[in-house]
Amino acid sequence: MAPTDHDHVVPVWIYVAVLIALLVLLVLTLVTAFFDLDARFHSAHLNMGVAVFIAMCKAFLIILFFMHVKYSSRVVWAFAGAAFVWLGILMTLTLTDYITRPQAPTVAVSPYVPAPAEAPGPR
Amino acid sequence: MAEDLVIESPHSLVEHQFEDRFQQKEAATLGMWTFLATEVLFFGGLFVSYTIYRHQYPEAFRQGTLDMKWYLGAINTAVLLLSSFFMALAVRAAAVGSNPKIIRYLVLTIVVGSLFLCIKVTEYYIDYRERLVPALNFSEARPREDELGGFTRTFDKFDEWFDSHVSPPIGKAAVRPRNEQLFMLFYFIMTGVHATHMIIGIAVMLVLIWMAHRRRFSAEWHNPVECFGLYWHFVDIVWVFLFPALYLLRNP
Repeated sequence: MAPTDHDHVVPVWIYVAVLIALLVLLVLTLVTAFFDLDARFHSAHLNMGVAVFIAMCKAFLIILFFMHVKYSSRVVWAFAGAAFVWLGILMTLTLTDYITRPQAPTVAVSPYVPAPAEAPGPR
Repeated sequence: MAEDLVIESPHSLVEHQFEDRFQQKEAATLGMWTFLATEVLFFGGLFVSYTIYRHQYPEAFRQGTLDMKWYLGAINTAVLLLSSFFMALAVRAAAVGSNPKIIRYLVLTIVVGSLFLCIKVTEYYIDYRERLVPALNFSEARPREDELGGFTRTFDKFDEWFDSHVSPPIGKAAVRPRNEQLFMLFYFIMTGVHATHMIIGIAVMLVLIWMAHRRRFSAEWHNPVECFGLYWHFVDIVWVFLFPALYLLRNP
């Protein structure tokens, strides 16, 4: 799409529908948070995955409709997308490192290691 | 009419470096998204470090999450989504060139946004009474009932009712782990930075209301409202991710 040559005025009912969808997703994320999905489905991080997925759905709705990206030019798409691509690189490369370490250095150099008790004696 | 525009709002004309107002608007939108990209990475850094430490100390972070008032966070999410909705309507009012409607919806956005900040401050107060503030009064032992004060105890009573009748928290520790402070630090920094963004946003909206009052915006020129709308919605998106990260990851 070339840069627009007119202002896109979105009908109000679309904003109302997006708001309702966002509130439904909010209720959904609340309900799922109170079920121990990991225990029920013998999985790891399913609760977290569902929560993050619902948050991403909400973010997409806000970006596409409230922020008008759906009606914007390809350049705006690229700029908006680039922000999240960089965030993806930041997350992926950092987490591939930390999650695959058997023991991270922050654990090893904890300053709270108690000193061995000294035997009482004359000095 | 054209002369009226020039006299009333000298900035409404296309700046000399642009072909027309659509190119000018495109440039403004792109500039705003570039700024928002830096904001994505700013908050992204916080989220990545949060994820790393949560991975490192899962139980301490989970105990911290269990100490949060999840219903206040949920109400705040709905409140902020509503303010984003009003902001979208304000931008729409700008696109059809109605200054009175811009003022009406910006005022609604400010009112609802302020409600969010009030609830946030209430939460901070409860955290203080519950001795959850690191470096100020964090204590591993939970405060006794008579130390809490009537206001905070009301919320704890609801917690107790919810935990025993609806969904018991799995393995809530009697004594808080010492490194729960790390979770609380992330909580205060992330929500604090987010609230700061909202306070700045409310200040900018007051300026926009003043400009709309002076009838500076028209269907041809309303870039400030449009760009500020992007900022406000972005702050909303940040909260959409903060809410599950800080309030909802309750299960081991």
